[in-house]
Amino acid sequence: MTQPIFAYISHKNGTADDSAFELIVAAKKIDPAAAVTAVVCGAGAELDAVCSTMAAVYPDVWKVSNPALAYPNAEVLRGVLVSILPAGAITLAPHDTFGMDLSPGLSIKLNAAFVPDVVGIEGIDGANLKTIRQEFGGQVSTHVLCDISAGAVLNVRSGCFLSDDSKASGSVTDKSGQAGDCKAKRRFLEVVAAEVGDVDITKSDVLVSVGRGIEDQENIGIAQELADTIGAVVSCSRPIVDAKWLEKARQVGTSGKTVKPKVYIALGISGSFQHLGGIKGNPFMVAINKNPKAPIFQVADIGIVTDLLEFVPELTDKIKEMK
Amino acid sequence: MEILVCVKRVPDTAENEIVVNSKGTDIERGDLVYSVNEWDNYAVEEAIQIRDNAGGSVTVVTVGDGDAEEILRREMAMGADKGILLSDDAFNGSDGKGIAAILKAEIAKGQYDLILTGAQADDGAAQVGGMLAAMLDMPYASLVNKIEIVSDKVIKIGREIEGGNQEMSEIDLPCVLSIQTGINEPRYVGIRGIRKVASVEIPVHGAGDLGIAAGSVGAAGARVKRVDYFVPPMGEGAEMLEGSTDEIAEKLIELLKSKGGIK
Ligand SMILES: Cc1cc2nc3c(=O)[nH]c(=O)nc-3n(C[C@H](O)[C@H](O)[C@H](O)COP(=O)(O)OP(=O)(O)OC[C@H]3O[C@@H](n4cnc5c(N)ncnc54)[C@H](O)[C@@H]3O)c2cc1C
Ligand SMILES: Nc1ncnc2c1ncn2[C@@H]1O[C@H](COP(=O)(O)O)[C@@H](O)[C@H]1O
Repeated sequence: MTQPIFAYISHKNGTADDSAFELIVAAKKIDPAAAVTAVVCGAGAELDAVCSTMAAVYPDVWKVSNPALAYPNAEVLRGVLVSILPAGAITLAPHDTFGMDLSPGLSIKLNAAFVPDVVGIEGIDGANLKTIRQEFGGQVSTHVLCDISAGAVLNVRSGCFLSDDSKASGSVTDKSGQAGDCKAKRRFLEVVAAEVGDVDITKSDVLVSVGRGIEDQENIGIAQELADTIGAVVSCSRPIVDAKWLEKARQVGTSGKTVKPKVYIALGISGSFQHLGGIKGNPFMVAINKNPKAPIFQVADIGIVTDLLEFVPELTDKIKEMK
Repeated sequence: MEILVCVKRVPDTAENEIVVNSKGTDIERGDLVYSVNEWDNYAVEEAIQIRDNAGGSVTVVTVGDGDAEEILRREMAMGADKGILLSDDAFNGSDGKGIAAILKAEIAKGQYDLILTGAQADDGAAQVGGMLAAMLDMPYASLVNKIEIVSDKVIKIGREIEGGNQEMSEIDLPCVLSIQTGINEPRYVGIRGIRKVASVEIPVHGAGDLGIAAGSVGAAGARVKRVDYFVPPMGEGAEMLEGSTDEIAEKLIELLKSKGGIK
């Protein structure tokens, strides 16, 4: 393969995102010999700080500096990337809320193929790149062939390509002059911080977490009673918040809170990567789910295949008896 | 405000165990329960609320086979004014770009101020909305969890970003937005509502009607192809507790005690 590979570097307050160190690992899986360039866009001293961090990891760094890039507005950045990237390039970006905003449209504008949410890369096979994806909330995986002859954009899931201490003494090239006018029909206004709730789930060592398997708002009492009995706090997955059964501050996951408990009891949670992305520190995890194929059983320490609505009240009674 | 909402019929993962067939070529589809993609339902509700406040109409459109008509009716029972089915054998096997190209061809025949999609569908691709916007040369925002109509030229939107924070922006109309769950509370649709729209005619447009060249969409035009389905080896996996409910509960209590899970 002779195509150059580019990695879009997300950063904030002068610090590169974890994905910056993972994308180079993904790039080497595509082609160990490829020239990989980090593309760092932003403004001011923060941008220079990130560029020098990246030069220690990537052999080449492209810097695009413009006051309009102080906040990463995907609509503006898409235009910048279309202006600077060569035809046929392979572009990597994180599959997060920014990459989801940027990449599908970028692939169209570059006339490149697009593969979202890549969890594995198996290498090049002729004109095709073979990748691995998941479908149906992680219940099944698929091999996906992507024709890269006209270039490709890949969004890479966080945590799937662990950073490998890549070292480089890269050079920084200033591409600001080729970035275009940095105008867009979507203008960033402000970031509104998430609401603070009555309970801080990040402070609890033990969480009883409810998912869609709880089936009904009334049944949340079953989880609350277990939590009260063992001295835990009730947290939840996203559908519970969407249904307004619990407040947003109780949601665990990438778009909720990041928690670091010692013990995590998941009741009727399937184990999507967005949910698991909010659980850090490798807690002792118990999963109770009626579907033996639920992905959560791949990451839990202890699994119980059963109807939680029957099992949990019995469990709570038993603990009460023992006390 | 003329609003178009793209909706997809998908297997309902909350209702089904997804199982790979014996050859690994597909999932077992025989007994699957299908419904409208969860995210799309929020998008339709949002469209209906905007129409009810600002006037205009809501059209729902899907690319699918004859069975996909049922979800158009369901969304019309919710309150959408019109449904359009885009269906043709030539569409089979389309990748995300193909689906976006088919939708674009339909959109080009109308005049829409606002086009909504769901943030993602069953395969979690989260791609069709962004591709469609780029093809239409319209501005785009993904994961939208708030819409405020400012004028007939510009709206204010919130995107849900990491940590539940909300990124507020202004975006010019016409635009494409992908909608995140939780933006509203989709209304309930009863059997009676569905019956009311049972005989409304739903136009079906094929490749010829849309002026789509054969081979540009469908399997022939796809640069991204799924080769198989598989269930990855479990790795370590969880230790599964088995036995009677009593036995399981006792074992679990012991484990929880040893790990500091019972105070
Ligand atoms: C950008 C983005 C951000 C997201 N952020 C988050 C986030 O921060 N947090 C989050 O949680 N999700 C998030 N999601 C949603 C995520 O993709 C999943 O949709 C969600 O995590 C699923 O929640 P769940 O496991 O509770 O529900 P489901 O996936 O529907 O699973 C329910 C489970 O309950 C089981 N079950 C059903 N009934 C019973 C019963 N009676 N007894 C036992 N088990 C039962 C089922 O077998 C199933 O496994 C995000 C999605 C997107 C697109
Ligand atoms: N076949 C389809 N017909 C109509 N809309 C679709 C179709 N596939 C995807 N979409 C829209 O694109 C959104 C994102 O889907 P995806 O990119 O497949 O994850 C969905 O929520 C729908 O709004």
